[in-house]
Amino acid sequence: MSSSAATSSTGSIAVSVWRGDARHGNFQLFQVPQQPSQTILDVVTWIQRHADPGLSYRFACRVGMCGSCAMMVNGIPRWTCRTHVNKVLRDNRLTIEPLRNMPIIKDLACDMSEFFDKWKQARGQFEGSSTRDQQVAALSPGLPRRRIADAATECINCGICYAACDVVSWNRDYLGPAALNRAWSLQNDERDCAGEQRLRAVAGDAGCHQCHAQQGCATYCPNELNPTASIAGLKRMVSQAWFNKGLACHPGKKCGLGKRHA
Amino acid sequence: MLEMRLYLAQRISAAILAPLVLMHLGLMVYAIQGGLDAGEILARTRGSLFWGSSYALFVIAVAVHASIGLRKILHEWLGWRGALLHGFSWLCLAGLLFAGLRAVAAVVLP
Repeated sequence: MSSSAATSSTGSIAVSVWRGDARHGNFQLFQVPQQPSQTILDVVTWIQRHADPGLSYRFACRVGMCGSCAMMVNGIPRWTCRTHVNKVLRDNRLTIEPLRNMPIIKDLACDMSEFFDKWKQARGQFEGSSTRDQQVAALSPGLPRRRIADAATECINCGICYAACDVVSWNRDYLGPAALNRAWSLQNDERDCAGEQRLRAVAGDAGCHQCHAQQGCATYCPNELNPTASIAGLKRMVSQAWFNKGLACHPGKKCGLGKRHA
Repeated sequence: MLEMRLYLAQRISAAILAPLVLMHLGLMVYAIQGGLDAGEILARTRGSLFWGSSYALFVIAVAVHASIGLRKILHEWLGWRGALLHGFSWLCLAGLLFAGLRAVAAVVLP
């Protein structure tokens, strides 16, 4: 399908877009007019508005805050609202697919349920011990643990690291970089009181020890976070807990850590 | 938490292997000065508690390290799971231990 709309274009781009669902699909070629300062999200939106209204994709804020619009662009996971066409265009061609490692719902929209389920499995929720009647804890920005937590805390849950991770593609149970990065930031939050349970959650067979430190997550994270370093921190923390005092089990429950625990 | 234990076992075995590999390389360079001579090697190793225990530790660390590494590759690249994966890992460990310790025994025992 092609279109010659748009008057201020500087030529056209050949865009191959994935069309289909989890079972069937194929690439469809569109000719999209090239514009100055055009983003990949602009390209996808142009296709939906001018060439095929049936194209499904996901976006919300358009300014790199919500993490909704991530897609595979020329085989690399990117946030499409902040990716300029002229930086990724190769031979005047673009290939746009839904994020890797997640089931496709339709066209460019993937099902992120497992991504967020794993976030919960890694105990990605903050668990405080104080009530609203108590004073808010004062944490100086200079505290060492606060600094570590800060370095991992700007995740927007776009799923790019999850799509970039080869270990996720090999092992569907692996919690993935985003969930483990979140766990690491909470492990360094002085106010959180679920450290031991979270450590058990990330030390499981699908947890931090699966990571091979290939750094795909750190390479493509649009916010320049380093989940590989966070996961390495979790590995250290789990190892220290194992050697120093063990990871305590729930009373009456077998946690698989053997004789070291009552 | 099998994976955590395997992770620790592989790292600990790597830490044991690092100095032993350097020792082995250094010994090889030393041993071939003036030509490779089986008699000279056996004269050094036969009845030696030091060389016997060093190389036995070397073999044990290699067997643990390699079998865990192969297990991971088979799981991730070929999708092996469950009894097949566990069985192969144990077989690999047993095979490496048998072959390695047999070789150590051959050069150490009188």
